[in-house]
Amino acid sequence: MIGRFGAILTGDRQADRVVPPTGYTANLTAFTAAAMAFLSVFALALSLATDRLATRWSEELAQTATVRISAPDGQLSRQAEAVMRILDTTPGIRSARMMTNEEQLKLLEPWFGPDLPLDTLPIPRLIEVVESGDGPDMAGLRLRLAAEAPGAVLDDHSRWRKPLISAASRLRALGVFSILLILGSTAAMITLAAQSALAANAQVITVVRLIGARDAYIVRAFVRRFTLRALFGALFGTVLAMLSIYFLPSAADEGAFLTGLGFQGWHWVLPVVVPVIAAVLAFWATRIAAFRVLRRMA
Amino acid sequence: MLELKKAAFDYAGKEILTDMSVTLAPGTFHFLTGPSGSGKTTFLKLCYQDLIPSSGTLHIFGKDVRAMDRDDVASVRQRIGVVHQDCQFLDHLTMSENILLPLQVTGHEVASKLRDMQELMVWTGLSDQMELLPPVLSGGERQRAALARAVIMSPELIIADEPTGNLDWDMAQRMLTLLIELNKMGKTILIATHDMNLIRMAKNQVAARVLRIRQRHLELAGAEL
Repeated sequence: MIGRFGAILTGDRQADRVVPPTGYTANLTAFTAAAMAFLSVFALALSLATDRLATRWSEELAQTATVRISAPDGQLSRQAEAVMRILDTTPGIRSARMMTNEEQLKLLEPWFGPDLPLDTLPIPRLIEVVESGDGPDMAGLRLRLAAEAPGAVLDDHSRWRKPLISAASRLRALGVFSILLILGSTAAMITLAAQSALAANAQVITVVRLIGARDAYIVRAFVRRFTLRALFGALFGTVLAMLSIYFLPSAADEGAFLTGLGFQGWHWVLPVVVPVIAAVLAFWATRIAAFRVLRRMA
Repeated sequence: MLELKKAAFDYAGKEILTDMSVTLAPGTFHFLTGPSGSGKTTFLKLCYQDLIPSSGTLHIFGKDVRAMDRDDVASVRQRIGVVHQDCQFLDHLTMSENILLPLQVTGHEVASKLRDMQELMVWTGLSDQMELLPPVLSGGERQRAALARAVIMSPELIIADEPTGNLDWDMAQRMLTLLIELNKMGKTILIATHDMNLIRMAKNQVAARVLRIRQRHLELAGAEL
């Protein structure tokens, strides 16, 4: 296999001359490969970004929980203290911290603005819980909280963590599916271009067969052309896509999802595979198409 | 070398050739004659496996053509040099590249045959046309070049379809002389032609057998030729 690709790259200039140049299909193939490689790299970046997002959400949310205390004014402080006491003595909890008024204000600011009179409103108190190890026994903790602080509600985030991770996983699967579709489309288009080139060169094929050329010789001439076109076209598309991704706005704290679209660390190596896959696809698509056409011509 | 037994060829339900039995032994010289449209080119196409008999058997170099795969057919064609009636050149290659093409497509060393090619070009009077493209050559020049391409591989069997059709008598004689020389070197020759003068001239120099297609049958022509 590697030997075959090596032979394709080194080539036989004289043998190349046997099949006349077909500028039109050559340009189309290179353009298709470039466009498909560009889209593949973006789909890959999307896939990796959603993967990172799902992992981050999963890790961050799996390690935290929140206790929300809603009670009449006179009981709020007493129940909050009771909850803190319970949390301090519960195994599997690394720390528990009651959020300050300023922190709660900041959380509500996007909805109510900065001048919210927190003191005059019946705002529940929030306690941020950081878990350790496998975390606490949530069912047991809920029972204890219900007994000593009836206004306390334990939220371990599983209610909204699961759909978020599920959405991210589906997005990642969609990215992978998109890459497969792009590769399939590339193979289909190269097959059509190769068939068109073979049909355009029917007379050349007839002549070289009459003078003793084997199918493998004829196929090689076409395979070499299409493989190289796909390789260089995809290389161009990949480089363009990588540059586009590199120059996307840099990640910032408030930059949520879109700014995370890109490659990080060794993931920058992954797009390099795209031109290689395009070349392998072109090799096999052309080879299969050429042998099929030659059999039909016989 | 080539053996037909009760072979026939039909096309679109119409019988073109029928009940043909003939053997071309190695080193023999044959003419194939018959009126236009009698099936001479079809017979030649059977011989170089561009067509396969509808019935009967055909063995080429000892192999049944029906038992051959596509690579076998290619191997057989490498042992046969064919001068086609319409020459069959690649118009984007120069004449020298066209003549060397059989060597190139079959993986032979081209460089070692350059001298042979140049000698052939001189002999066929095409030295000045080596770097020209086929469309600018005359019919006669193309036919001479086709002969050069047919013999460059030193094939065992040479098949020529009306090779002197576009040549003047002088060049036709020179072409025949080359074919007779090749025959003396042990090559088997099969030439389809209308030219009775050419046949008579050849029979004076070599033991040529004349086959004739008449009413779809192949027969041995007698002394009337």
